Amino acid sequence: MKNKSLGSKLLSAPYIVWAALFIIVPLIIMLYFALTNEAGVFTLANLSEIGKYKKAFGLSILYAAIATVITLLLAYPMAYFMTKLKISSQRMLLLIVMLPMWMNFLIRTYSWISILANTGIINTFLGKLGFGPVQLMYTPGAVILGMVYDFIPYMILPIYSVMSKLDKSLLEASEDLGANAFTKFKKVILPLTRPGIISGITMVFVPSVSTFYISQKLGGNKTMLIGDAIEYLFNLGVDYYNIASAISMVLMIMILVCLFVMNRFSDDDDGGVVI
Amino acid sequence: MKALARLYVALIIFFLYAPVLVMIVFSFNESASVWVFQGVSTKWYTGLIADTAMLNALKHTVIIAVLSAVISTVLGTAAAVGITGIRNKLSKKLLMSVTQIPMMNADIVTGISLMLLFIFIGKLIGLNESLGFFTVLLAHITFNLPYVIMSVLPKLRQTDSKLREAALDLGCSPVQAFFKVILPAISTGVLTGFIMAFTLSLDDFVISYFTCGHYQTLPIIIYNMTKKSVTPDTYALSTIIFVAVFALLIFYNVLQSKTDKKSAKPIRH
Repeated sequence: MKNKSLGSKLLSAPYIVWAALFIIVPLIIMLYFALTNEAGVFTLANLSEIGKYKKAFGLSILYAAIATVITLLLAYPMAYFMTKLKISSQRMLLLIVMLPMWMNFLIRTYSWISILANTGIINTFLGKLGFGPVQLMYTPGAVILGMVYDFIPYMILPIYSVMSKLDKSLLEASEDLGANAFTKFKKVILPLTRPGIISGITMVFVPSVSTFYISQKLGGNKTMLIGDAIEYLFNLGVDYYNIASAISMVLMIMILVCLFVMNRFSDDDDGGVVI
Repeated sequence: MKALARLYVALIIFFLYAPVLVMIVFSFNESASVWVFQGVSTKWYTGLIADTAMLNALKHTVIIAVLSAVISTVLGTAAAVGITGIRNKLSKKLLMSVTQIPMMNADIVTGISLMLLFIFIGKLIGLNESLGFFTVLLAHITFNLPYVIMSVLPKLRQTDSKLREAALDLGCSPVQAFFKVILPAISTGVLTGFIMAFTLSLDDFVISYFTCGHYQTLPIIIYNMTKKSVTPDTYALSTIIFVAVFALLIFYNVLQSKTDKKSAKPIRH
């Protein structure tokens, strides 16, 4: 027995060193930058500076929340209908949903410009019908659309994965006991698919709230999200690392708190990833 | 109801593929515009072959993806086996929580914290330019590791621990027991981890962006292209990638359905 635990210590040792050096230490360095000034002297000034970015934080949370809700509303029926199909069609559809994920998300985001621009496909079409160009690009709607588009597979897949494992006999039992379609959905399907919903929400919300590419491309200069602020400050140079670290720190804490709250709604303590 | 469901699925698929379609169409555009179509041409494709910066970036991306996937699969599988053997509940839980940080955290935070570490270490050892190939590789291994561990762990949990003990009783050394008994039992998890690591690495932009310095991978070069005005060559490149992935997935699917049929046969007997 002693031999076994020694063996497992030896096996996990390289990883433990790795995790300490590349997960923990970087966060400590970031914390150090957040709590010092350019000269390396302890200060809380960076944290009070963050007030200037209140609007960016607010917008990021608002847009990401709206995008997450829309994604959930679109993805849930999709996952449900997918499970109703033949197994071979399900597998095909799964591939179809996953395929865009394999493509570079920068390009997928960028090609929306071809569709939404004032001289783009939608406006050309509207023009032929006799309507003037509608400003679609560089609006909050375009940014939210980009988030929904880029991350919707991350919502469909975990919900589908939970839903396809749903015990059919439970549904039949609820019907036998007199539940109508709505009650069946509310009392049986929804609670049982909750782990999928929760992992979907986190997988959409976290990248949405911290994005900088989508807002840069589809939102123009008008929308400054928190990711844009961080990226902008880091690119300004070493003098701005402190304030940028402070903002990153706050973003991280915010995300971790959100995840903690979300996990309390989930009774799935398996700790596995649903993909 | 059934027709409505089909319509809904079709609409979602249309939504998913509309930009892809746009990209493919405009990659064949005669003019340099990505919104006004002016006749068919393949000049953007032939132009790509001459674009050495692009080809170099492609090479870099593949090198990083292969190396980081291999290293993280080996390291992560060993870690998963080790973690399963840890008796102390508290240290196990702590290690698992730390492991999940890169998965949970925003990519931008992971990228920046790693960048700060690399610059810090670079300064310590007196390097002028600390970011490059090596730092991208380290960063990719770091964000791949949790996914490998998380796909191997469930398989280990399903594996009967008595198998290993039996192998040891029958005279295997612990190393032999691992390669002859444990590894075959967890091989699907290891493979899933490897594939995930490989694709995550291929597709990563945000973390590479902060850790690459002047070392350009494909997503980085695409980002720089979209910063200026985009010409259809970016679309042409993405179309090639799209077709390659599509072919790969079809191939994989055909292979899988063939093995399904094979394994289904004995049952029918």
